Amino acid sequence: MAAPETRALPARRLELMMPDLKPALTEAQARAEASRCLYCNDAPCIAACPTAINIPEFIRKIDSGNYRGSARTILDANILGYSCALVCPVEVLCVGACVYNHQDRPPIQIGLLQRFATERAYEKGTRFFEKGAPTGKRVALVGAGPASLACAHELTRLGHEAVCLEARQLPGGLNTTGCAPYKIRSETALLEVDYIKGIGFEVRTGVEVGGNVTLAELEKTYDAIFLGVGLGPDSRLGLPGENLRGVLGACDLIERIKNRETVPEVEAAREAVVVGGGNTAIDIARELARLGLHVTQLYRRGPTEMGAYAHEQTYARKEGVEFRYWEQPVAYVAGKQGPEKERVRSVQCVKMAQTGAGRQPEPVRGSEHELPADLVAVATGQEKLVSQLRTIAGIKFGADGRIEVEPSTCATGNSRYWAGGDCANGGKEVVNAAAEGKRAARAIDAAFKAALRRAPGAGARGA
Amino acid sequence: MVDLSTNCAGIRSPNPFWLASGPPSNTGDQVSRAFDAGWGGAVWKTIGVPIQNVTSRYGSIDYGGKRVVGFNNIELISDRSIDVNLKEIKDVKRRFPNHAVVSSLMVETKEEWKSLIERCEEVGVDGHELNFGCPHGMCERGMGSAVGQEPEVLAEITSWAKAYAKKPVLVKLTPNIGDIVEPGRAAVKGGADGLSLINTIKSLMGVDLDKMVPLPVVGTRSTNGGYCGPAVKPIALHMVAALARDPVARKLPISGIGGVSNWRDAAEFIALGSSSVQVCTAVMHYGFRIVEDMIEGLSTYMEEKGFKRLDDLVGRAVPAFVEWGELDLHYKIIASIDRDKCIGCELCYIACWDGAHQCIEKGKLGPAVIENGHALPQVKVPRILEDHCTGCNLCSLVCPVDGCITMKRVDDGKNPVTWNELVAKTQLIKAH
Ligand SMILES: Cc1cc2nc3c(=O)[nH]c(=O)nc-3n(C[C@H](O)[C@H](O)[C@H](O)COP(=O)(O)OP(=O)(O)OC[C@H]3O[C@@H](n4cnc5c(N)ncnc54)[C@H](O)[C@@H]3O)c2cc1C
Ligand SMILES: Cc1cc2nc3c(=O)[nH]c(=O)nc-3n(C[C@H](O)[C@H](O)[C@H](O)COP(=O)(O)O)c2cc1C
Ligand code: SF4
Repeated sequence: MAAPETRALPARRLELMMPDLKPALTEAQARAEASRCLYCNDAPCIAACPTAINIPEFIRKIDSGNYRGSARTILDANILGYSCALVCPVEVLCVGACVYNHQDRPPIQIGLLQRFATERAYEKGTRFFEKGAPTGKRVALVGAGPASLACAHELTRLGHEAVCLEARQLPGGLNTTGCAPYKIRSETALLEVDYIKGIGFEVRTGVEVGGNVTLAELEKTYDAIFLGVGLGPDSRLGLPGENLRGVLGACDLIERIKNRETVPEVEAAREAVVVGGGNTAIDIARELARLGLHVTQLYRRGPTEMGAYAHEQTYARKEGVEFRYWEQPVAYVAGKQGPEKERVRSVQCVKMAQTGAGRQPEPVRGSEHELPADLVAVATGQEKLVSQLRTIAGIKFGADGRIEVEPSTCATGNSRYWAGGDCANGGKEVVNAAAEGKRAARAIDAAFKAALRRAPGAGARGA
Repeated sequence: MVDLSTNCAGIRSPNPFWLASGPPSNTGDQVSRAFDAGWGGAVWKTIGVPIQNVTSRYGSIDYGGKRVVGFNNIELISDRSIDVNLKEIKDVKRRFPNHAVVSSLMVETKEEWKSLIERCEEVGVDGHELNFGCPHGMCERGMGSAVGQEPEVLAEITSWAKAYAKKPVLVKLTPNIGDIVEPGRAAVKGGADGLSLINTIKSLMGVDLDKMVPLPVVGTRSTNGGYCGPAVKPIALHMVAALARDPVARKLPISGIGGVSNWRDAAEFIALGSSSVQVCTAVMHYGFRIVEDMIEGLSTYMEEKGFKRLDDLVGRAVPAFVEWGELDLHYKIIASIDRDKCIGCELCYIACWDGAHQCIEKGKLGPAVIENGHALPQVKVPRILEDHCTGCNLCSLVCPVDGCITMKRVDDGKNPVTWNELVAKTQLIKAH
């Protein structure tokens, strides 16, 4: 069952070389796992889920063979329940909260059970939600990532007309372009987009807001605008040799691995160096290791300071990623002759040390050394997409560049704009984007209704 | 969308899921919360002359790591005054006019029955359930199962109730009896509108081997209680079905009770003739919220099977429930093991060898398959001796793998014959 969007996806992609990290449960496995659930009341796993899926309820329904109802419970709370089942860091969310952890018994495999129920509903094409009675209100959503999709779906359920405008050719945001292929493949992400918009809203791809359409134009045609633009491109350190072939931003590289037919930089490489200590750094390190490269990951502090989840670090180490702590690149060095002069061949590094508690680490003099590398993935964060949004009156930005919103409504400083997902939370998970998008939709709906109450009859002008 | 609404003996409710008389239906607050959660009806905790309870009151059987597979109680009827109960019933009915609220009653004298029934009708109950079932405490006082075990008495008290009641009267039967059909027919004789069953089964839950006191312990003593929960479902299903097919009793609609925990259990009670189902233990274990899966699971099932209304499902499986003598003696199935699914546990082998008819042989290992210098793990798939297999089914029941051992049919289906037919033929021959 291929989604129409997958036509834009080449049949051969590097991501296809990475099988599922956690394979799907068979029906027998799912039933056995579901029967272990204690069906806790006011369960801690629910509290740990940003979208508050009623987890014990959906698991009980798997146990009773009510698979359809199980999927409904999941998707009713979180329309991205399928991709979340695949990409959520459950170890620090629901599964981490399972009461069995306190008994030193294996926690319930909630992510895998969620996958079992939602995947079945997708396979059967079961749909649960319908368009609400039309209200005549129109909302434009900038971006078609998890935040916008969740928002548009909820708006449609509430009867508003929603249109997602996506700059890229493929919708789905980082599910399609960023999340590790051994968790979710791009075609799965596109399948989900297709399912979600099946409720009846439009996703227009290749439309860059601020490029081929302006915010001013949107303001004229739409009653409200939701910003779900995510984060910007990979940030750069400004080191010598950064423009050599083989030196790439991590997100850029992952997008190529996921969406392109070939990635010559990877296919030709043996020795990769990954720069950074966050989850994106770990992701690209694990992906390259899975593709058969020897991977060295440089981080300028120690293992405990690393931003990446502990479980991800453990997996990466098991998969052969070599960690070098307290080290930082200072330059990328090209080969000596011919076309080699354009290509990276090594990374010049320096050792780092902390001169005092809480201080920034500093280079240790005389510790320069070279590491061979024919591929460098720079994962030192993503820029915030502020420039084009600066023009919107009233919207405020935090010091780190994220859009400031009121947490319970996702409202911005401009009464016609709402924002959610990475661009507002600074970069969290898909499940946070899904929660915020839905919350924003409810708030937009409430704002429409409040406006109607203030100006009764305002909807019926012109008589 | 399927229509789950039901009319059980003249008592209507938006769905067939009712709280059984017991702790979950003890107060107006609980019943209101249950209705908010989705329950279609409630049989109020039995009211009568208020009693005094003991502690503790409950015992449970755990099995294979699961709690409360079977449950037992030595609780009596409501310990709250009749006035308070009636006031709360009235409030609930006002808030939920379309849900079924059924009073459950247990008193002694004719006058008491008259007064209580009339007072219940004044506060708006949709029907009455006569509790002739409690197997502990109350029966020693000549009520509960003491009535349910005496068909004559049962018929008489039912006829009193019918004389005073304008609303439908359900008679709740005790399973503590040789043949459930007897009290069922007595209820017909007394003029009942419907039957509820089963109440709890007389039981002792175990023994505290340190104190040498049976469970549940009340100080230094214990007493027999009433058994319920998932473990009693097969017993309850049989009794429901026996009444549903009985030529006399079958004219009474049935409210099925006993071990219902999810939609599937409920569907089984309905298929065997219940037009509503009542739940006590599963709610005591997990709360009112379980009804969500019951409603949704039953709706989905009915939709998939093409049943539009609940009535389409009620009693569907009853015609297939017959006496042993009506079974086809020529129908023959034998076991068959799916080699690809077998995990080599040999549970089927040992079950058949020691516990059945010695028709399964141990499997043999094939020649070793070496890959990268290591022998691949092999499964010793047992072999069915097809010529000997009696088709008893034991192996497929103990096999832990779904769909691994199936029973395949080997007769040609052409000459069905029942024991009753054989006997009739022999008698004909003898007669000649
Ligand atoms: C490498 C990587 C791996 C990750 N792995 C995981 C994981 O395993 N699990 C997890 O839960 N989370 C993961 N995340 C985080 C997760 O992907 C994000 O939190 C989530 O996708 C945020 O959703 P969003 O809708 O806010 O933004 P995005 O997913 O970034 O979507 C924003 C969309 O808006 C579009 N857009 C931007 N500007 C414009 C414009 N001007 N006009 C039109 N369209 C525009 C973009 O093209 C993009 O499609 C990962 C992130 C990265 C970078
Ligand atoms: C603690 C407890 C108290 C009960 N009290 C009553 C009662 O007052 N009246 C009555 O008719 N049945 C009473 N019952 C029996 C239940 O209504 C029901 O018939 C029985 O428990 C079987 O259903 P179950 O397996 O769903 O629990 C009680 C059961 C329990 C467990
Ligand atoms: S369940 Fe409630 S009433 Fe019973 S012992 Fe516990 S606290 Fe007391």
